[in-house]
Amino acid sequence: MEVAEFCSTSRVIIVAGKGGVGKTTVTAALAVTAARAGRSVLIVEVEGKSGLTTMFGAPALGYDEVDLDPQVRARFLTPDAALIDYLVTHGMKRISKRLASSGALDVVATAIPGMKDILVLGKVKSIEESGLADLVIVDAPAAGHAVTFLLSARGLLDAVRVGPIRKQAQDVVSLISDPARCQVMLVTLAEETPVSEVVDTAFAIEDRAGVTLGPVVVNGCFAPLRVPAHASAASILDDARASDRFVSPREAEDLAHAAAFLEERHALQHEQIQRLRERLPLPQIELPFVFNPDITRVQLNALADAFERGIGAL
Amino acid sequence: MTNRIDELVDDRRVVICCGTGGVGKTTTAAVIALEGARRGRNACVVTIDPARRLADALGIANLSNDPTEIDPKLWTEGGDDQPGAVAGGRLSALMLDTKSTFDLLVTRNASTPEQAQRILDNTFYRNVSGALGGTQEYMAMEKLHELHEQGGFDLIVVDTPPTRHALDFLDAPKRLTRLLDNRVFRLLMMPTRAYLRVASVAVQTFLRTVARVVGSEVIEDVVAFFRAFEGMEEGFRERAQVVGDLLVDSGTAFVLVSSPRRDAMQEATFFAERLEEAGQSVHALIVNRVHPSFGDESPAGLRAASAALRLPSENGTSAPAATRLAALYDNLADFRDIAELERAHIEDLRSRIGPETALAYVPYLAHDVHDFATLREVGELLFDTVSAR
Repeated sequence: MEVAEFCSTSRVIIVAGKGGVGKTTVTAALAVTAARAGRSVLIVEVEGKSGLTTMFGAPALGYDEVDLDPQVRARFLTPDAALIDYLVTHGMKRISKRLASSGALDVVATAIPGMKDILVLGKVKSIEESGLADLVIVDAPAAGHAVTFLLSARGLLDAVRVGPIRKQAQDVVSLISDPARCQVMLVTLAEETPVSEVVDTAFAIEDRAGVTLGPVVVNGCFAPLRVPAHASAASILDDARASDRFVSPREAEDLAHAAAFLEERHALQHEQIQRLRERLPLPQIELPFVFNPDITRVQLNALADAFERGIGAL
Repeated sequence: MTNRIDELVDDRRVVICCGTGGVGKTTTAAVIALEGARRGRNACVVTIDPARRLADALGIANLSNDPTEIDPKLWTEGGDDQPGAVAGGRLSALMLDTKSTFDLLVTRNASTPEQAQRILDNTFYRNVSGALGGTQEYMAMEKLHELHEQGGFDLIVVDTPPTRHALDFLDAPKRLTRLLDNRVFRLLMMPTRAYLRVASVAVQTFLRTVARVVGSEVIEDVVAFFRAFEGMEEGFRERAQVVGDLLVDSGTAFVLVSSPRRDAMQEATFFAERLEEAGQSVHALIVNRVHPSFGDESPAGLRAASAALRLPSENGTSAPAATRLAALYDNLADFRDIAELERAHIEDLRSRIGPETALAYVPYLAHDVHDFATLREVGELLFDTVSAR
């Protein structure tokens, strides 16, 4: 599939996954990929994480939109800000101040679980409708919160029978259950626990929230070494002699250890990727492991290349 | 004096494991409790949301309100002749049941069984006990306090909920009392007090507008909840204070669990600072998933070696041996890159959190940690190697 086509399958992509799998990195890389295909992107960050803007070398995210790249913008969206916005646009500006300052939101949000999620998703819906960007990417809260996040609208329809909040929940349900408007992209690592959890999350989201799942992103995949057979210190010293290069025995050991480490990780990941394929019938996009704990624009470009290849193979 | 990681399991009574999601908190908590039991202590690990296989291994597949003792045969593998193992240790585990813990708290604080029942049946209460931000954190502490006072354990290791900010745990008792202290709460209580009839008109207006947004049955539930709760706030506040005191007790140690990634490190720094403000310090920093260092050569030098090997020879072809070797140099350079950057992050954090904090790395393991053999493997890396250093 062409990247441009993929990025117009739905206007909203919600990126979800367990903590530590690299959701924010995937969000950023997807944004770069879409921007390269000529789409304008707005990233909605719901947890106020610092990581996103740092990757683009931009200052911290505020409540106003910031430009991360010529075609990529981002904004932070909190339930409090979304509530005030909602009340103001629904002709209740006067009570909005009182609701916010009295701490009533905490009480109301407690009275209606999922209220905060509805407010945030409701705001995402109005961003989607306004056409402010070709593609809206939501960096969702960590799973199992992701399941709650997506289920909240349906839950609220049961709890609240009247009023504007019910209308808001209905709008959110129609957004997230329409594959032409919204899809969820799950992110995982090729490790045992993350694979098990992403399978559970996928079924919960599809069955209970009625949301369409896009491809699963398998993050942090090691590429196999393009060297035949297992390199040992002895074979490395042989190769060194054959190519007229001095390699000390210690260096040969280091080279062999690093190669063995990579091979072992790659084999284990391969096993988990197969397991994921068997248990979850969704296409996979593999993103490479980044040999740097700090993602910057350079790494985002490499990840976007991999995204393009992955989307191309869909 | 520098703290030692051994003190955690030898001398402390309470160990609280904090950190952001996905850094291995639950596993670390289980490893510390297991090590305590191996050293002869009566240890209990309180977990919040363990991965299924770990929960199965600990025998806590279901939520529970009481600790379950684990058959020593399961965790003493080789028996008493194992190095470092001391006879007499006990290991228990519990997967926190937030709602039951809260229910029990309500039942204990209510003046009559009827008052307790009115609260337990209330829809708003059911939401508070299940969904209120901080409830899980607070109940973990409540459980900790109860086990500390009555459980007979001499080492309790607590995993904290996977919150966005590790420090939510510290704020949890305040969060609950803040809900009860809320201005809205006080407004809602007013209609029951006749002398505040004037205010009550304003309250009614306010409630009507709120009801317009969220529906009136929601408001009725809230009002009913706060009325049922009347008279219990003081008890809750006192309890929150007592539980909060345990956090700054000298028998309590905080362990900060992190990964060597920049964002996890930033959170860890932030948490250490907050803990200091609260009058506690980080006893130990445990950095999980650290890549091996693979020697000490500079990545740039290794890449230069690879580039030289990739130059075509005089006849214009590259020898297979040179190509193979170049690929191995590139690979080593990649791993040296990440190792150096990770170590720089760890050093940076080290300098920020002060020299008295014990520091331990757990290397990237090739497999999942989900049974006693693998927990023990991490324990060896954490305790045996560090003590030997």
